[in-house]
Amino acid sequence: MTELFDILANPSFWVAVLRIATPLILGTLGVLLCERAGVLNLGIEGIMVAGAFTGWLAVYLGWPLWAGVAVAALTGGVLGLLHAFLTVGLALSQHVSGLGITLLATALSYYGYRVSFPKVSTPPTITPFADMDWLGLPILAQQTPLTLLALLLVPLIGYTLYRTPLGLAVRMVGENPQAAEGQGVSVAATRTGAIVAGSALMGVAGSFLTLSAFNAFFFNMVNGRGWICIALVVFASWRPGKALLGALLFAFFDALQLRLQQSGSATLPYQLYLMLPYVLSIVALVLVARKASYPQALMKPYRKGER
Amino acid sequence: MRLEKRTQTSRLALLLAPLGAVAFTLLVSALLVLWAGAPVGQTYGLLWQGGFGSVFAFSETLTRATPLMLTGLAATVAFKARLFNIGAEGQLYMGALAAVAVGGLHDGTGLALHPAALFVLMMLAAALAGALLLLGPALMKAKLGVDEVVTTLLLNFIVLLLVSLMLDGPMKDPTAMGWPQSVVLMPELELSKLIAQTRVHTGLLWACALSVGLWALMKYTVLGFDIRAVGANPRAAAFAGVSVTRTVVLVAMLSGALAGLAGAIEVAGRTSYLTLDMSPGYGYTGIVIAMLAGLHPLGVIAASVFVAGMLVGADSMSRAVGVPTFIADVIVATSLISVLVATLLTQYRVKVK
Repeated sequence: MTELFDILANPSFWVAVLRIATPLILGTLGVLLCERAGVLNLGIEGIMVAGAFTGWLAVYLGWPLWAGVAVAALTGGVLGLLHAFLTVGLALSQHVSGLGITLLATALSYYGYRVSFPKVSTPPTITPFADMDWLGLPILAQQTPLTLLALLLVPLIGYTLYRTPLGLAVRMVGENPQAAEGQGVSVAATRTGAIVAGSALMGVAGSFLTLSAFNAFFFNMVNGRGWICIALVVFASWRPGKALLGALLFAFFDALQLRLQQSGSATLPYQLYLMLPYVLSIVALVLVARKASYPQALMKPYRKGER
Repeated sequence: MRLEKRTQTSRLALLLAPLGAVAFTLLVSALLVLWAGAPVGQTYGLLWQGGFGSVFAFSETLTRATPLMLTGLAATVAFKARLFNIGAEGQLYMGALAAVAVGGLHDGTGLALHPAALFVLMMLAAALAGALLLLGPALMKAKLGVDEVVTTLLLNFIVLLLVSLMLDGPMKDPTAMGWPQSVVLMPELELSKLIAQTRVHTGLLWACALSVGLWALMKYTVLGFDIRAVGANPRAAAFAGVSVTRTVVLVAMLSGALAGLAGAIEVAGRTSYLTLDMSPGYGYTGIVIAMLAGLHPLGVIAASVFVAGMLVGADSMSRAVGVPTFIADVIVATSLISVLVATLLTQYRVKVK
């Protein structure tokens, strides 16, 4: 018990929590944007891989770090456009299109990595984002600018969704596309825009891994983080503020299990600690299920004139 | 851009659609091969050779196709009822775990079972383990409205950790020099080989038989009708007197059992013990196979042989011309997306305003 207190009292623990949470915050916001517009995007796992790869590659080729982030966002956006074409344009199953994009984006990234670096055994490195020591704030100072970006995007996206006509349009096409069309809102354009923007965020989430958390690209480095974002957005009832909370909570348990293992005082097998965040995600899903307010048109393709 | 339903679809179009999709895929992938600096024709030739070019190559492809057929069927039956089971990977490992647990009963416990009886028990345990793993998410979906995509996905991670836990502790083979792997099954429990000197085993026949069985079930039984009805429109199905919950639960048991069997057959047919890297994502690839097959149980046979051939062929092609093996994954992913688009175009006409 005292050990738990020691861990929680140590600021470095909270630094780790925020660092683990950052890609989850960015990814969850991305999923949230897509789903608010009525489109599930299971492409996130692959889009994160692609963002991690292209962002890193750009920096490796000598571009500035922020250009790397932009490239990752662009990669995400292009993959989002493909998802929009398949799900909005052609009204294909959103589950299937998303899984296809995850597969395609992952395969293309790994292929591109192997073609570019055929013979390397240790992954080539870059100089990643530095901590923001100049900020002077205790925990935030030991983070990189991408964390700050993620934190700022939460209120920004919240404000846009709930306080602007654009946000209203996005929510309308996710709740009732027929009514939105009747109000003169283009369902296809709005959904496409939301998917592209959301997917760009997923790309940035991936780039955090290579440009901030690590300094190289590894196989399997995304390691299910995208799927966690899909769970987090349900947990968050599609609200940006709660998405931030959920990401922090997940990161809290992840960081905690890491510390418990490192301290060597973990009395249970380490796998049980690793399971904890996933088990808690499922528990949380069950708990919020009853009052979950799904966007009403989520996963329902919309074809003009068809019901 | 808008879609207009075609009043009729010609048989020729239905046949040409997948061919066109494959042609498109090969064209796109050719650009990637050129990027890697290899000759396209030779690369494709070697890819084909490596997967289908000799008895040995084809036997390797069929070995790889066996678990894919079963996970493909698992995805097919679930997706037919709109139960989006993304958890076949976890169910596969759960089945394999149950199989080695039951199969290992012969020593120490004094249980004197005939090997044939033990084998049957082993397969049943695996099917049950996979089925039970999917039952939770199915019930949560039916009763509470919890999205099964998320729960089945999360369970994959949990199961893999559970397997790791078991192989580190209670089920670890003490003679395995510290490697986390289970005890080796006794030879009587292993599936016999179909062709001498190769790895292809009788599990392939099982998988094909189950494909035909599932096709018959979907086509000729009341359950098959219910599954299709629930998949087409759950509300209308409920209105017509089909119990949606009951159907979803039965589908979950069937789908999970098929994926669980994939794990057990992989253990009994190929590895004879369980390790953490037994499956290179067979559960996930099964979803692709189901989609490539257009959710048709017999199509699953063809789709899994195609995908397995690509994966096996890429290995030997890569050794020869140095194009990364990931080209196989690109080909599979691209053909998935283009087959979907091509199938849609047989049903709808795209009108650009």
